[in-house]
Amino acid sequence: MAGKLQVSSSPHIRSKMTTSKIMMAVVVALLPAAVYGIWLNGGHAAAVLILSVLSAVLTEFLYEKIVGRRVTISDGSAIVTGLLLGMNMPPQIALWIPVLGSVFAILVVKQFFGGLGQNFMNPALGARCFLMLSFAGHMTNFDVSGYAAKHIVDTVSGATPLANIKAGETGDLASMFFGNIKGTIGETSALMILIGGIFLIVAGIISWRIPVIYLATFSVFALIFGGHGFDLYYLACELCGGGIMLGAFFMATDYVTRPITVKGQYIYGILLGVMTGIFRIFGGSAEGTSYAIIFSNLLVPLIERSTIPAGFGIVKEKKKGGEAA
Amino acid sequence: MGFLTFKGGVHPNDGKSLSKDQAIQNAVAGDKLYFSVSQHIGAPAKPIVEKGDHVLRGQMIAEAGGFVSAPVFSSVSGTVTGIEKMRMPAGNLMDCIVVENDKKNEEIEYESADWHSLSKDEILDRIKKAGVVGMGGAGFPTHVKLSPKDPDAIDFIQVNGAECEPYLTSDYRMMMEHPDRVAEGLRIMLSLFPHAKGQICIENNKMDCVEKMQKATAGDPDIEVHVMKTKYPQGAERMLIYANTGRSINSSMLPADAGCIVDNIATVAAVYDAVALGKPLMERIVTVTGDAANHPGNYLTPTGMLFSELIDQAGGLKEGYEKLISGGPMMGFSVFTTQIPVTKTSGGILAMMKDEVAASEPSACINCGRCVSACPEHLIPTRLSVYADHNEKERFMENDGMECCECGSCTFVCPAKRQLAQSIKSMRKICLADRKKKK
Repeated sequence: MAGKLQVSSSPHIRSKMTTSKIMMAVVVALLPAAVYGIWLNGGHAAAVLILSVLSAVLTEFLYEKIVGRRVTISDGSAIVTGLLLGMNMPPQIALWIPVLGSVFAILVVKQFFGGLGQNFMNPALGARCFLMLSFAGHMTNFDVSGYAAKHIVDTVSGATPLANIKAGETGDLASMFFGNIKGTIGETSALMILIGGIFLIVAGIISWRIPVIYLATFSVFALIFGGHGFDLYYLACELCGGGIMLGAFFMATDYVTRPITVKGQYIYGILLGVMTGIFRIFGGSAEGTSYAIIFSNLLVPLIERSTIPAGFGIVKEKKKGGEAA
Repeated sequence: MGFLTFKGGVHPNDGKSLSKDQAIQNAVAGDKLYFSVSQHIGAPAKPIVEKGDHVLRGQMIAEAGGFVSAPVFSSVSGTVTGIEKMRMPAGNLMDCIVVENDKKNEEIEYESADWHSLSKDEILDRIKKAGVVGMGGAGFPTHVKLSPKDPDAIDFIQVNGAECEPYLTSDYRMMMEHPDRVAEGLRIMLSLFPHAKGQICIENNKMDCVEKMQKATAGDPDIEVHVMKTKYPQGAERMLIYANTGRSINSSMLPADAGCIVDNIATVAAVYDAVALGKPLMERIVTVTGDAANHPGNYLTPTGMLFSELIDQAGGLKEGYEKLISGGPMMGFSVFTTQIPVTKTSGGILAMMKDEVAASEPSACINCGRCVSACPEHLIPTRLSVYADHNEKERFMENDGMECCECGSCTFVCPAKRQLAQSIKSMRKICLADRKKKK
């Protein structure tokens, strides 16, 4: 007989899917929107994305080294966080802001709560909200100059199309769909985000449930409370504007911070749609996706607890008899 | 066309092409055979032979130790040399009656019978006396299964031909080469129940078996051949019942509660052998396979034969193999020795060059939910495994942890390579032991 044999508990085979493959798929899915953002805004946008990714990975590496944990940068999750955060930055932002944001995302939101899988809030969004509150001026300055001015349709007004719509103007749907408008690096092109999102769904990385239910609920909410009546053009502009597309496909679907139960995912999607609607339509700002998602993140444990499915063949009323049968 | 199925499950590489086209060959027993007294669920059998006794092939050497028990038979002629403790696939030691093979192969005389003229009690008695047990792995005594409280309430007998465990092809070969034994076995079982219909349930990766079984049961109004979707664990009893009848039972219920009796292909063939031919259960088809097997194949193997001898006869294993599994890769036991005797429930020996488990370091759960989609019991394996690791028995039970059928689908799909099933299985054992203590 050969040398010593391996023994382990069954099963003895494993699927080929790994955490790092999942994270790489998300990065690939983000690329169309990221590359488009760089094309639209020029080299500074590329620098923002690269710096935010690098600082996220480096923060994770240094923290894990210092506290003596296994270094997990190869799982790719820090790359996803850094890239998402970078894509949420205005294109002309001072470079130290995304760096600070990445450090905050990885250190405070992710590692302080136990690292991958333990954070209760999406790290990129948590950091974005931290930056919004701390440096509102920088974070909402979408002024365009130089290279970017060639591509972007409206360079005169200081605001994003979504803010203009809120102020009563009519949006230009075609440019909002293709993305040659003002906005953060990664959020402007609904088309590019859809390409990436559909790729993730087809590849089985995310489920259709959260994005579809989120967008559908928001649509219903906007049609009822938006003040435009049954105006599908307005609705389409709302869907293509701001961060809702990026949020629906890439941030609301974050595994760690969405409910794991199927029923919970339906509730979560509805909650996101309603909250985004409230923030956008009744709130002070035109944008509301980020806050809707991190607010809903906080309710996830509650949603999960109330949507644990009954086991196969278990009749619901089992609690009546006291002891489970 | 929609095939019958259930919600959840996984699609591992089935590896069956290695051995499926290899016709059944006879494995020849070696010098010494080791007959475990516990090849079934229930009370161990009681040895009825002593050192020095001469026994024949087919002779009972241990009698049933109770109602839920089964006798054990010698598969060779020879001399009893005593009782030794031998390793079983799960790693435990078990008393085995050792018979030194005289290689004369002298057999007892079997009493064949026309089963149509037998009474129900006589049929059950012949099954009981032949030591027939569930050969799919569990080893539940078949005569007990066939004696439900209310035989009138049995609507279906499902013959489990799913063989959803990757690599194993023993049931496949049985259906291909002996479809009539399976069909006749089912007819015998149906005769015990006034209202029961037979369903032969086969996954759609074995359409050739479907054809064979359809031919073998053609014109029989009480038997249907059902085609199910190829998916693991399609052959798990509760999933099989659901796929074929739409009825769901939980872990504390019996198939009979849903009007069903489920028996594996090999078991049904053994029922035929027992009732019609009077032959006891003393040999079975074992698949020897895996990427480390020189000549994967299917062997009609005498029980009591050592794994090492069977492997040698199958052409041996390649140098440097890392893992040896008794059974299939999803629910089988990895073993650390080949000095283990074949029992009534050994479906296969799987030898693998690489151990995927050792190569997969577990990492943090990312909450992706793949285990939730895979779980055929509609549980949340990742949460259950955390409760198990934290020894939170109550939360484990509240979340239906005891419903786990230990199929391993969650561990298989986990991208973080976490040992979910292992944690859950351990906790279930602890909880079951607690329950017993309370009683």
